[in-house]
Amino acid sequence: MNSAALLLRYFSASLRSQLQYPGSAIMLGIGAFLTTIIDMLAAWALFDRFGQVQGWSLGHIAVFYGVVSTSFALTDFFTRGFDVFGNEFVKTGAFDRVLLRPRSPALQLIGYEFRLSRFGRLAQALLVLFVGAAVVGVDWSPDKVLLLAWTITGGVALFTGLLVLQASFAFWTTESLEVFNVLTYGGIQAAQFPLSLYAAWFRNFLIFVVPLGCVAYYPVLAILDQPDPLGAPAWWLPTAPAMGFVFLSLSFLAWRAGISRYTSTGS
Amino acid sequence: MPQILVEDLAKTYRVAERDPGLLGAVKGLVHRRHRTVEALRNVSFSLEAGELLGFIGANGAGKSTTIKILSGILKPDAGVVMVNGRAPFTDRIAHVSRIGVVFGQRTQLWWDLPVAEGFDLLADIYRVEPARYRANRDELVALLRLERVLDQPVRQLSLGQRMRAEIAAALLHEPDILFLDEPTIGLDAPSKLAVREVVRRLNRERGVTVLLTTHDMHDIEALAQRVIVIGHGQVLADSPFETLRANVLAERRLVVDFAHEAPEIIMAGVAVRRRQGQTLELAFDPARTPTPTLIAALAAAHEVVDIHVGEPAIEEVIARFYDLHGAGEA
Amino acid sequence: MNAARPYLAAFSSRFLLMLQYRAAAVAGFATQCWWGAIKVMIYAAFFAATPTAAAASPMTLPQVITYTWLAQALLALTPWSADPEVALSVRTGSVAYDRLRPVDTYSLWYVRGAAWMASRALPRAALMLLGAGLILPLIGLSDWAWRPPPTLAAAAAFAVSLPLALALSAAFLMIVNIIVAATLTDRGVNVLFNSLIIVFSGNLLPLALYPDWARTALLVQPFAGMMDIPLRLYVGQLSGTGALAGLGLQAFWTVALILLGRWAMDRVMRRLEVQGG
Repeated sequence: MNSAALLLRYFSASLRSQLQYPGSAIMLGIGAFLTTIIDMLAAWALFDRFGQVQGWSLGHIAVFYGVVSTSFALTDFFTRGFDVFGNEFVKTGAFDRVLLRPRSPALQLIGYEFRLSRFGRLAQALLVLFVGAAVVGVDWSPDKVLLLAWTITGGVALFTGLLVLQASFAFWTTESLEVFNVLTYGGIQAAQFPLSLYAAWFRNFLIFVVPLGCVAYYPVLAILDQPDPLGAPAWWLPTAPAMGFVFLSLSFLAWRAGISRYTSTGS
Repeated sequence: MPQILVEDLAKTYRVAERDPGLLGAVKGLVHRRHRTVEALRNVSFSLEAGELLGFIGANGAGKSTTIKILSGILKPDAGVVMVNGRAPFTDRIAHVSRIGVVFGQRTQLWWDLPVAEGFDLLADIYRVEPARYRANRDELVALLRLERVLDQPVRQLSLGQRMRAEIAAALLHEPDILFLDEPTIGLDAPSKLAVREVVRRLNRERGVTVLLTTHDMHDIEALAQRVIVIGHGQVLADSPFETLRANVLAERRLVVDFAHEAPEIIMAGVAVRRRQGQTLELAFDPARTPTPTLIAALAAAHEVVDIHVGEPAIEEVIARFYDLHGAGEA
Repeated sequence: MNAARPYLAAFSSRFLLMLQYRAAAVAGFATQCWWGAIKVMIYAAFFAATPTAAAASPMTLPQVITYTWLAQALLALTPWSADPEVALSVRTGSVAYDRLRPVDTYSLWYVRGAAWMASRALPRAALMLLGAGLILPLIGLSDWAWRPPPTLAAAAAFAVSLPLALALSAAFLMIVNIIVAATLTDRGVNVLFNSLIIVFSGNLLPLALYPDWARTALLVQPFAGMMDIPLRLYVGQLSGTGALAGLGLQAFWTVALILLGRWAMDRVMRRLEVQGG
């Protein structure tokens, strides 16, 4: 059985075990939908009071937020294994079992759980994205739809990279590092506003260190048909999501270093 | 060429040391002191296909390090390890497809999934050809008497049922070698017997090579044809079980409960290990003092309430070995 | 004094125990710095965008910035989730032991909960004060800094209001604990109340910045007293009779929630005992 088919088998097994408690999964899903609503609440109140910011309206913010939040929601479906890696695999030694199976460790961790309850977050993110796009009048031509899909793919790559990196650190710390939530949940918060609102050091962080800006700000400018007020060239805007894949590749280097450490120290 | 070949295997760990407290944690960030721990030094042995080897040693003696290296999840520092003609660590994926591993303390099944579904998933993970898988699974289910638990989620199984399911799970891909790490730990007596019976049959009928670590001397006695004693990272003994028994397990224990306070016993070849209230624990060599003779002598002279014949615990056997080999220091 | 002894002991032992989790405190501080920095930059952009709206805002930008840092610093002082110790004892059934002790269970849980929140907030607040109150001005970013209260009166009002906020939060925490005890799980409750508290305590956005039509309603609801009222007193946005009204609201909700909690606890515990615990 090839890797893709095996992943589907893992996911269906995970879904079946979650459906043993159907009430819990549905409640968590609805809870996630309701609680993510508040992500947009502060932005709404600020626009209600101040009208606009640097020419951007609430509809624009909704598109920025919707794109990055959709990427994260999709990532969240299949990255739980990396999220809990330190506490559930390294600390307990359960990673030995992963190494004892003739498949790549990353594949097995992706198969660890398919988090059904995340549909609530995804639904909310897509709703915000498309309502925002309708308000600011995005014309969904085929190339825009393609650009949106590419942007979200880049975002999934970036968030996956963050979770892989978080798991890689756990080889050294042997504990799950919750500080990384700053970069995931906090990243959504940061990336929902245009980069031009931020101080230069923070902008650079979001472009060069953890390139959240590249999977939200730049490509969304292209979707909105807006030039970059900070002066990035037009060709860069739709190209930027590729940085998500660069980040993911670098994260896997750290992951390999972590595995190599684990297999030479055994802990 | 033997199926498992280990020559001059060595492994040292570097353990970071840290001073206690906040200051220590901060100092640890800047500069770490390391202590090296020699987990294995010059371990050599070989195993032919179809052998059943018992691996015993105290905690931290190097048992689990050896098992981890043999199963490909730990990288050796020096020495040769070949299993089925492959180096386990460098050829991990191919290697682990041909071995089965059961850790007594950890599950390889999915907690919330029924046993049968876990088996199906494992067959996919190991790429077992469907027809072969079905035939093999049915055989294992019959052998391990798992029919009644197949549809139950793993979390609902008793420990004994779970261990039988674990062993089946480790064998679905028809491995040539089975590593069993403490397979009877925590099990009740009937489950222990069932596990031993299954391991024996797998070894005899299917020719599976078995490498077993345990703390239970009865496991070794029931199963192992050959025993390796490991201590302080070295092989202290590698011999047929009978030889080991003759050398070290020659000693028997007799626990006697008397009707009154336990008497002083002075008999040639019999040592008093413990004297407490009405109970006396004696150590003797059955070759020199036959057990019936000893019991008869005791019963003739005193009012005996109960008698129990036993063997020294595995820890004592190992400790004796360590003394014999002067490996007690370090 | 003797009557209070078990409760004082419970408070101080929990407080000292929780203070030992330094790594968690540092991680929490890093998280709160990140959120605080983002918020401060965004508020500054909005205030700069529309000068007329900024002038009409019920809070000035410096007030909002100080409010934001304080809100991040005191985040742990709000009842974010059920007391994990209570949740654990409900799950394992050891809640029965609490009932066997010759003390009032409500009071015992109340002081332990208060100690839990205070001990988590204290190191984070100290670090935040150091970072946003001292280091930011020192590196020339005083525009972005946490500033001292504008008047002595504001400082005094804050000093009264902060303990009241803890008392109110602990009273609300008890309601959450009791729901956990009644439903035997802390999962759903935590998710739900988390959002309510983030929004209505003013942590997400200072309550004064919401649309003006919602102002009164937002001020009189119970969550305002957990964070928004003390912070408004600190920055001087509430003063004079407004300040007295704020303190009155905090006191009122504290008493009301304690009465509600005691009533609910009696009912839940009686049911647990009928079931055999």
